[in-house]
Amino acid sequence: MYRYSEFDELFVRRRVEEFRDQVQRRLSGSLTEDEFKPLRLKNGLYLQLHAYMLRVAIPYGTLDARQMRQLAFIADNWDKGFGHFTTRQNVQFNWPKLADVPEILEALADVGMHAIQTSGNCIRNVTADHFAGAAADEISDPRPTAELLRQWSTDHPEFQYLPRKFKIAVSGSPRDRAVTKAHDIGLRMVRNQRGEPGYEVLIGGGLGRTPMIGATVREFLPENDLLAYVESILRVYNLHGRRDNKYKARLKILVHETGVDSLTHEIEDEFAERKKWFAGVDRELVANLKAAFEPPVFDLSRTRAFEDRKERDSDFRVWTDTNLSRHRCSAYAIATVSLKPIGGTPGDATANQMRVLADIAERLAHDEIRVSHEQNIIFPHIPKDKIPEAYDLLAAAGLHTSNFGLLSDIIACPGMDYCALATARSIPVAQDISRRFHDLGIERTIGEMKIKISGCINACGHHHVGHIGILGLERAGVENYQITLGGDATETAALGDRAGRGFSAEELLPALERLVAEYLRLRDSAGETFLEAYRRMGPEPFRAALYPEAKKLAA
Amino acid sequence: MPIVVRDHGFKREELNESNFVDLEDARKSDKESLAVELPNCEDPQSVKPLFPKIEIIRIKFPNFGDGRGFSLAGKLRELGYAGRLRAAGYVISDQYAIARRSGFDEVEIDEALAARQPETQWISKSKWKAHFYQDRLVKVNPDSVG
Repeated sequence: MYRYSEFDELFVRRRVEEFRDQVQRRLSGSLTEDEFKPLRLKNGLYLQLHAYMLRVAIPYGTLDARQMRQLAFIADNWDKGFGHFTTRQNVQFNWPKLADVPEILEALADVGMHAIQTSGNCIRNVTADHFAGAAADEISDPRPTAELLRQWSTDHPEFQYLPRKFKIAVSGSPRDRAVTKAHDIGLRMVRNQRGEPGYEVLIGGGLGRTPMIGATVREFLPENDLLAYVESILRVYNLHGRRDNKYKARLKILVHETGVDSLTHEIEDEFAERKKWFAGVDRELVANLKAAFEPPVFDLSRTRAFEDRKERDSDFRVWTDTNLSRHRCSAYAIATVSLKPIGGTPGDATANQMRVLADIAERLAHDEIRVSHEQNIIFPHIPKDKIPEAYDLLAAAGLHTSNFGLLSDIIACPGMDYCALATARSIPVAQDISRRFHDLGIERTIGEMKIKISGCINACGHHHVGHIGILGLERAGVENYQITLGGDATETAALGDRAGRGFSAEELLPALERLVAEYLRLRDSAGETFLEAYRRMGPEPFRAALYPEAKKLAA
Repeated sequence: MPIVVRDHGFKREELNESNFVDLEDARKSDKESLAVELPNCEDPQSVKPLFPKIEIIRIKFPNFGDGRGFSLAGKLRELGYAGRLRAAGYVISDQYAIARRSGFDEVEIDEALAARQPETQWISKSKWKAHFYQDRLVKVNPDSVG
């Protein structure tokens, strides 16, 4: 894992001091509220419905036990004893007081963490595949790239006042677990025909009110050209992105309005100019980054502890069948700890749960923890022999829900319970769905299913790329939920199709039940997922299940 | 009277406002030493032919939240402009370091802002070479600028 250099350490300390000073200058009137706003946003402090919210970066989703314990400490000391893990590999504290924030930032700096650029019109926390360094199918670990981009984007002088926020994601595997196609810049690590490492570069993806799938601007960018190329994209965007309307200010709109070909030309021209003076990235630094993410030394010895427990404990077997993924080393597994207990709030963890996760990581799993954009926690390197012990500790803390990738593993934004922008509730909707399908006992029969819920058109819950997407709106003072079908967040990314009119909160669950029942009836085998069935048959049979009254009228 | 901010603090403006001309007038001018004002949406390539005659370029910041000026400054420097470069208009002291890093030599503010954000607040941002990630990461080819 990457450890802060002396430079990083000094940087975050100085930044805390600077923010402390900015808070004082706001109070003394040297800064107006308008001037203070982007400064606090760039330090992660966001104004929510009820209070300030502090959004802490977990760069590329990687943290260790010491850092997780510090998050627990912050949750206990300055919040209400819990934290909320988000779809961008951040953790949010919902109840800090403004005056306490510099002290919280100081506590983060103590463990090599920060809240820099987690909000505001700048380059946000760089995200990456949460299985990085562990997945069996990986070409290259995306984290050295993500850390390089983190350092490069931090306080970048040219790109602190962009037209709008800017998100970058990196994936090092053919299986895209980082949603690269829904980011302003998506980087997919590839090799060219000569076997040299580089990137496929996608731009202009994004969800929000105008969802778009990213377009490839470079099939192969040599590794050493990365920063020069990314700077060229950012410069074109900074100079030409729209500033007259914040809803049309994202890069995706510039791509859409300019056209991919024409914008690609502009980027390539800028890149050609830049290349003249850009002599590359400091080699020693790059080598150090790569070394920092070398995998741990794996212990390949095995007993039968894992298999024995599976044979005699069916709950354990169900959990391992559901929540483990294939590790690059056969004596290991990647374990996903679901933060979606049946009827719970997706992504929430209590301080006590955070400490349990830290203990497990430290004692049993090479001291590494990941946070996924699907709002779960991951132990990327856990020896199979240690899994029974880890499972018992998880179970004692209520963290053993066996639903990774299943229907109740729902992504949901905070919605009207916390967010000032929300037009509908999303957490309670997720809770109702999770309870209902759990009670029906058909989750495992259904198999892989991604339900994603947003409480407004800004789409923080990624509903556009859910197999079933749910968008909560407000119609004449009443919540109304629109359903989209067939979305996909992976390498075969697609935006869901709107099914038809929205449903009231009461109608929503029965509608989803009809939809799922129809899928189970129509699928060609138990192995055909909802998404596959949808792609095979198209929307009509599913629409008919959602809107049976339309069929009656036609008859 | 506008105030010019440099690393050492405030100084009085010594240039007369009437010295500044827009790009079109600069092209027509036969003066050897020009003071040119550019909007932040100007194409830097169109300024390049005039570089030898320009003593100072002033880029307007209509609002502190509009960051185009930082990119324009960076581009002018990369194209080889070596004269004085000034950010003028609505720039706050918290932006001084990024203005310097982007290639500006100085910032011009009005008296009201100078009263609200006095000299000490600007001087506290004047060590702009410290804690500078990009400078540390990226190697520049010294022969190629311009």
